[in-house]
Amino acid sequence: MAELLRATGITKRFTGALALDGVDFEVRSGEVHVLLGENGAGKSTLVKVLAGVHRPDHGEVVLADGVRLAVIYQELTLVPELSVAENLFLGRPPRRFGVVDHARMRRDAVGLLDRVGLAVDPRARLGDLGIAQQQMVEIARALDQDAGVLVLDEPTAVLTDTETDRLLEIMAELRDQGVGLVFITHHLDEIRRIADRSTVLRDGRSVGVLPRGASVEQMIELMVGRTISEQYPRHRQDPGEVLLKIDGLTRDGVFRDVSIEVRAGEVVGVAGLVGAGRTEVVRAAFGADRYDSGHVEVGGERVAGGDVRAAVRAGLGLVPEDRKGQGLVLTSSVGENLGLVTLKSATRVGIVDRKGQRGRAAEMAAALRIKTSGLDQEVRELSGGNQQKVVIGKWLLADPKVLVLDEPTRGVDVGAKVEIYELVNRMTAAGRAVLLVSSDLPEVIGMSDRIVVMAHGRVAGELPAVGTTQDQVMALAVQEISA
Amino acid sequence: MTTSIDARKVLSDNGALGGLLVLVVALSVLAPSFLSTQNLLNVGVQAAVVAVLAFGSTFVIVSGGIDLSVGSVAALSAMVGAWSSTEAGLPGPLALLLGLATGVVAGLVNGALVSYGRLPAFIATLAMLSVARGLTLVVSQGTPLATPDVVSELGSNLTPFLPVPLLVMLVFFGLTAFVLTRTYQGRAMYVIGGNEEAARLSGIDVRKQKLVVYALSGLFAAVAGMLLAGRLASAGPQAAVGYELDAIAAVVIGGASLSGGVGRASGTLIGALVLAVLRNGLNQLQVSPFWQQVVIGVVIALAVLLDTLRRRSSTR
Repeated sequence: MAELLRATGITKRFTGALALDGVDFEVRSGEVHVLLGENGAGKSTLVKVLAGVHRPDHGEVVLADGVRLAVIYQELTLVPELSVAENLFLGRPPRRFGVVDHARMRRDAVGLLDRVGLAVDPRARLGDLGIAQQQMVEIARALDQDAGVLVLDEPTAVLTDTETDRLLEIMAELRDQGVGLVFITHHLDEIRRIADRSTVLRDGRSVGVLPRGASVEQMIELMVGRTISEQYPRHRQDPGEVLLKIDGLTRDGVFRDVSIEVRAGEVVGVAGLVGAGRTEVVRAAFGADRYDSGHVEVGGERVAGGDVRAAVRAGLGLVPEDRKGQGLVLTSSVGENLGLVTLKSATRVGIVDRKGQRGRAAEMAAALRIKTSGLDQEVRELSGGNQQKVVIGKWLLADPKVLVLDEPTRGVDVGAKVEIYELVNRMTAAGRAVLLVSSDLPEVIGMSDRIVVMAHGRVAGELPAVGTTQDQVMALAVQEISA
Repeated sequence: MTTSIDARKVLSDNGALGGLLVLVVALSVLAPSFLSTQNLLNVGVQAAVVAVLAFGSTFVIVSGGIDLSVGSVAALSAMVGAWSSTEAGLPGPLALLLGLATGVVAGLVNGALVSYGRLPAFIATLAMLSVARGLTLVVSQGTPLATPDVVSELGSNLTPFLPVPLLVMLVFFGLTAFVLTRTYQGRAMYVIGGNEEAARLSGIDVRKQKLVVYALSGLFAAVAGMLLAGRLASAGPQAAVGYELDAIAAVVIGGASLSGGVGRASGTLIGALVLAVLRNGLNQLQVSPFWQQVVIGVVIALAVLLDTLRRRSSTR
């Protein structure tokens, strides 16, 4: 197999901090080379060095003759308002007499879309496509530019299981066509399915290369530098009184007659396919969106619909699925973000008790082991896992009766995941409750006490978490419910 | 040693302060009369109106909005004050209060259009810019009206070295800094400007807070209008035309971000001083008013450009 790219002794410093320390990395034609490591281990920096975004302080990157490298970043670089075809040829549309040749563009687009197995009309508006399809468009675009090396930076973080399966298939096809793929993911099972080998980074150093078929335990141990005894350290206990009662909640055309009860000391998981209405239900219960009928009770008291403040007063909290878009104020510091929910209660005659807010934020940052240079550091500079801890921390400071976690560990590394699970345990041990919405089936099964499965906007069934298999959950999630 | 580091920190935190100092030094060399006490006091007085307008705009811009109506609202408030006393015969203090209330009402209308009517702030306040200017002309019948004494005193001196506009500017500076850093409303402005959805999902009443923001902007505009009328001892129908742009320029020169979430009272004060020093200095140097506009435009662009570069290098 021909070597397409070789990086040797890559060292990169950012204002004193060593981001990469003598890393060697190479990609051969026709392989999937996984880059594995916790957030902050240096994966993104290495990708940026490979792509020429950052210049390394030491070491060099050599691409084989005529080989191009393309990176598919997590945030897509497409224009939602333009058509699929226009996006595929963004910046270099085929031209005739100086005018864009739309007919040819559409023809070429069909061929490209075929290569990634995407059957959409090239004239469709890109924004109307699902996120998985948009990703395929992005990959197709990279292929058209004859990328010999394709870097995929956490592409599956936003995909459902079926979409992930499809992506892995396409990756295998591209591998067979001789493309060299670099794949970054936090899902270790995906690595077991597709990786030909995995380079593990820890604290900016390459700590080992695992061969195909390495076990999950081996990966975790190399990544974290210690063994994590339990991936899902749930401490279950006897549930107390009902803290949250969602009763017959309906929003026409979105979800119908959804009832969920959560008791003190309990974690109730909500599973289902993307589009099953899970996020919509919990957002409505929290007052973020309206609903048409049904009602919500917290601690036995009814909460007015469509009123976030009433829900917060009643003792509900929501960690939304879109961390950056809905959970954090990126222009503000870690301390300010931790104080968001308690801002009101810390105000006396209009004046905020800033000292108290700061003190509590500092305690919370320490208790959650948020890795930050201080409360004044901008929250945008933190890694994904630490940002998520900030969002959870702002709610913990308000001590809600029930905390709703919507995809709390998406894009979060193994170590931080376990820490978030420990927070869940701590809440339930204190007599609070957690409603856990997650597309990560092992997580739902491992961390919940009961699992509510949703399909097509309705509750398809409920399962005890202990002893339930992923297949049983999926069987409920995919079932057709007659209306 | 430590003091030099502190000075550097102050300068790097306030990008525009360095620009202001450079401007002052350059002008004192080029125009010897610039540094005289009387002239410096003049600069302060000249800065006052725009500064007070800009403090109000700081609230709006920090919370992610924009208020284009402040110049018109300033003129309308002053005109209502003058009309109430000269034409309607109300006592001066009451007329002053009516004028200030006019500003608050105009601000509340802006706020209601933005938060409950879901209009883009640009559109809502653009409409108010026109409506308030029109009402000013209606009330005044197109001619200037004399202001009540209590307003005219706003243009006078308390002592030879303390002009009232300067005092008002400093009081409102303190007030703005206090609101922004200490109060619930102020902190909520940063959250809303930084991420409105996160603010809502954290239990902040975004719509009510926006109403407060625009009401404050209207009140500050009214105060600025009174200051301007006080200096001239009359409220003019064409007073403060285009001042909203000076106010926005001052806020932006002061380092605020038009996309919201960032901005400080001290920055805005410096921004307003930069504009006033520049105008005053160019007059001293007898630069033609035509060229003055060119220079001011260039300075605004340069100030924001430097600030952007500074930020970029500090986050690297």
